[in-house]
Amino acid sequence: MGKEKRIYMRIGVLGILLIALVFAIYSSISKPGLLKVGDEAPNFSLKDREDKNVTLADLKGKTVILNFWGTWCEPCRNEMPALEKIYQKYKSDDVVVIGLNVGEAKLTAEQFIRQVEVTFPIWFDSRKEVTKRYSVGKMPTTYFIDKDGVIRVIKTGEMTERVMEQLLSETKQ
Amino acid sequence: MSDDRKCECGHTNPIGTVLCESCGKPLLMTDAELEEADNFPSMRYEGMARRSKTYSRKLVDKVWNFFSSVKIAVIIIIITLVMASVGTILPQKMYVQVPLLDEQMTRDYYSGTYGLFGDIYYLLGFHEMYNSWWFVTLMAMIGISLVICSLDRIIPLYKALRKPRINQHLAFYRGQRLFIPLPVEGAKELDATMDQTKGWLKKRGYKIFGEGTSILAEKGRISRWGPYINHVGLIVFLLGVLLRGVPAFHIEEFIWVREGQTVSIPGTKLFVKNLEYKTEYYAEDEYVEELGMKEGMVIPKNFQTDVIIYKNENENLPGAEPNLTQVKEGPITVNHPITYQGISLFQLDRREQILGALNFTLIDMDSPDSKEIGEVKIDLFDPSSEIKVGENYVVRILDYFPDYQMGTDNRPQTKGVLPNNPMVAMEIVDTKTNVLERVAYVAGGFVQQNENTPRFQLATHMPDLIDSSGLIVRKDTMLPLILFGAIVSMIGLVMGFYWNHRRIWIHMEAGRIYVAGHTNKNWFGLKQEAKFLMKHLNLSNDLVAVQDKDKKKNT
Amino acid sequence: MIELSGNLLLGAFILYLIATMLFTVAITGRKWSNRDPEEHATKYGRIGMVVSLIGFILHLGQIVLRWAAAGRSPTSNMFEFISLFAFFIVAGFLILYYLYRLTILGAFSMPLAAIMLAYASVFPKEITPLVPSLQNYWLQIHVSTVSLGEGILAIGFAAGLMYLIRTIPQKIRSKSTFMLELTISVILMMIGFIVVSFALQSPNMATTFEFPVYDANNPGVVKEMQQVEYKLPAIAGPQDYTIIKEGPMKPLFETPTFMHGLDAARKFNTVIWSVMSGLVLYGLLRLILRKRIAAAMQPAMDDIDPELLDEISYRAIAIGYPIFTLGGLIFAMIWAHEAWGRFWGWDPKETWALIVWLFYSAYLHLRLSKGWLGEKSAWMAVVGFVIILITLVVVNLVIVGLHSYAGV
Repeated sequence: MGKEKRIYMRIGVLGILLIALVFAIYSSISKPGLLKVGDEAPNFSLKDREDKNVTLADLKGKTVILNFWGTWCEPCRNEMPALEKIYQKYKSDDVVVIGLNVGEAKLTAEQFIRQVEVTFPIWFDSRKEVTKRYSVGKMPTTYFIDKDGVIRVIKTGEMTERVMEQLLSETKQ
Repeated sequence: MSDDRKCECGHTNPIGTVLCESCGKPLLMTDAELEEADNFPSMRYEGMARRSKTYSRKLVDKVWNFFSSVKIAVIIIIITLVMASVGTILPQKMYVQVPLLDEQMTRDYYSGTYGLFGDIYYLLGFHEMYNSWWFVTLMAMIGISLVICSLDRIIPLYKALRKPRINQHLAFYRGQRLFIPLPVEGAKELDATMDQTKGWLKKRGYKIFGEGTSILAEKGRISRWGPYINHVGLIVFLLGVLLRGVPAFHIEEFIWVREGQTVSIPGTKLFVKNLEYKTEYYAEDEYVEELGMKEGMVIPKNFQTDVIIYKNENENLPGAEPNLTQVKEGPITVNHPITYQGISLFQLDRREQILGALNFTLIDMDSPDSKEIGEVKIDLFDPSSEIKVGENYVVRILDYFPDYQMGTDNRPQTKGVLPNNPMVAMEIVDTKTNVLERVAYVAGGFVQQNENTPRFQLATHMPDLIDSSGLIVRKDTMLPLILFGAIVSMIGLVMGFYWNHRRIWIHMEAGRIYVAGHTNKNWFGLKQEAKFLMKHLNLSNDLVAVQDKDKKKNT
Repeated sequence: MIELSGNLLLGAFILYLIATMLFTVAITGRKWSNRDPEEHATKYGRIGMVVSLIGFILHLGQIVLRWAAAGRSPTSNMFEFISLFAFFIVAGFLILYYLYRLTILGAFSMPLAAIMLAYASVFPKEITPLVPSLQNYWLQIHVSTVSLGEGILAIGFAAGLMYLIRTIPQKIRSKSTFMLELTISVILMMIGFIVVSFALQSPNMATTFEFPVYDANNPGVVKEMQQVEYKLPAIAGPQDYTIIKEGPMKPLFETPTFMHGLDAARKFNTVIWSVMSGLVLYGLLRLILRKRIAAAMQPAMDDIDPELLDEISYRAIAIGYPIFTLGGLIFAMIWAHEAWGRFWGWDPKETWALIVWLFYSAYLHLRLSKGWLGEKSAWMAVVGFVIILITLVVVNLVIVGLHSYAGV
């Protein structure tokens, strides 16, 4: 085999192996389907408090604060007043807060809502499909989605009003 | 500039060749050295030039040589096995039973349960070792080593084994580990011995090559390919494992499905409904012998979930109402999953006897004979807000907490979604008179609004108990490839280890007859064979001596 | 039928012990007065072979009868598995004997089989019906094949050990002499454990403790109270224990906190007993022999060709390795896929099977490509077997996983 041919062959083989190595590492650390900042927020369809069908796509053009909560979750309850405040403050600015109840009976959720007295829309993810699609583990988790439907912030944990303001302004930029 | 070397027999060999391709004469030794049998070079690859040994200037060549070295491969293997064992000291995160939802919880778990050692273990990432980038790199390096080692050696081996190497140079024979000059003289005896030996070898299954004064008897040449077939099998296996990383080829999920519930199968357009779950236990008479087990201890015989699989004709938007058509129905037991279009559901876990619904009977104390009005069933997973009982009564549910506890601020709340300790606050209304009374069911008992003489009472009955199945969802299109790789690897192992490549040369020169032999494995067996040959020729066993030359050489 | 099966096993065990003694006499008794060494060795060697063979047949009988009684192959708990392993050690010995005719190999192989069989007897013997995950043909095929492979690899260990005892110079102390003594003391620890377990088996020796189990997420908060029974006298008690039923002694200290798991304390206690009894045995032997144990054994091995031992050790591994690959990896992956939907999950037992496999791959590469022979190779054969023992003992008993069996 000629010298050059041999070198090309070796480069070729090593090149393929290098690609395989990179692919192996990449596929072991990446979690397909896990949403990250910059991804388009996947559309979904749920029922609201009036039992109507609503979708995320309906809200295109608005900035959406998507808050996943449950009645058993203390921090979720704690941040409800702040969420309501933000909702009232920026309603006219085309910002909407959506509270997504994770897998509870409507009855349980409704009674909780009455207690915390929030007016922003609550949608019910009774089968937890959206929760799963958005990889929600620890709660509360809040997704900040901009006017074009792109995820700008993923926040796990309770937020204060100040934090919400901050993240909202980041999203609106 | 040509890269060849000419031998005294007339053949030109490539640079790096150790034994002449044509006659077998050791090329790199002087005549004086040839006299000393000890210096005979290794028979590895029949003395052919191995490319990686001869070029090492460029970076490409350096990298190639690195991976083609057996020493490096062994080092990588040993590092891999040591690290793998470290990963078993503490349980890997995926096997921890407690849910660890984020990094802080994970760290707390390891340091809380295992102290400082656990904390260090976590910080080094050992708790998630087998999918970590560095462990994957180690295994990938084994794969790379497999490819390059094999490529590097397979071509010279192929060239070497392509033609039977009869080799006519005496120095070749003399240098073999098995070398027996036979004490036979005289032209007639020489010829007779030659024929006898040929005949005997043929009967022993050897293939005979060559004629006249130089004969090669060969057996089991194909076993030389064993290691390479094994390596190819391993490469195919690893390739299959690698391709599993493509999302379309692999799904791995876990779902809980309650009896009666229909749940979507993540990653697919399919839904599964749990019709029924049951555990069967062995009956007393099914035990083969007295087990002396404690009272009430039982051994499970079968875990089974009967399911229906549906396909969603709709777009499969998360949360949207599906339009389901049934595609398959059947049982799932351990070791027997249900499969549809490459997706399999396996029975893994179960939660039995969880509360599904509460059953009450409404009694109106004011009615004649304290009549029972009717049944009240409260579904603990999806309670309706109003339940009509009989003609004139309505039970309204005001509050429902599936897992009731008193909160820190004296507010009632729930611990979670599962109805482990349901609390239901109701208001019972007589629609004719609009009389209402409130009552709460909590911790198995009732708290009445009207403490002394309540008008409405609820009698409790056995609640509905349901089971929940934990199913694993799997799709693995690469499995056939992986299995194929494993089978090829086994074939290679069997070929390489259970057979060996034996060669026996018989050479007549200058009135003497010589027997030489070589095998790649099991010299003991070759020695035995040579002893049998001597017996057949009526010569002494003591002639057979396997010399130690090759052993100390570091090849 | 079960009783007969048990008796056959006892018979096999006794015969294995007798065979051990015969083989030992065959090597050591050569230098006794008025004997022709060759003849002596051959005579006793032959009797030893016959006894081994009869023991093997009895053992086979036990397996067949137990199979018939249980309605399934005897491959589902520790007792069954380890006695099968002992059976295949004898099988491996017979195979290597057929190839090389070295009877003296029996002097190390048969005691190994006997020790394994005794170790198996420590575990509960009852025939229990199969739990669902074990109800699969592949289980039987996987376990029996891997057991056969490991049995043959064990002979590689025996021959390797013989090689080391035969060749390591004992006149001066060295790293090698130390490691060899260490290896021998580990074997003694195993014997010690067995002896202690049998000697102390009566109910009077048992102690029952109650101890709190803490909530993993809330340190300091008690989740529940658990009870555990120690069969061996308590040296290390569970954390924060209270004694429910008194045993022969009170614990000297508490098990450290990082040892997690309901049975951790009991197993730790067992390990302590094994190590102690092994060291005591070793100490006694050193006192009696007045030299290193390997040094005491060496003269008896003088007539054996070390190269033959080296070859046998390698050959055993070369034969056993493909069988181990087939049984311990391939069949195991097939079974894992059918039972749990994934052919490989990195659970401790699977991982350790891979470690065994990788280790022997390294051994073979070093031997075949790098010319590692003699002492280096023999040590690797010894270490390889230690790794197999780790998969048998440590992974099943100490580490918790999908694969664990009950423990002592």
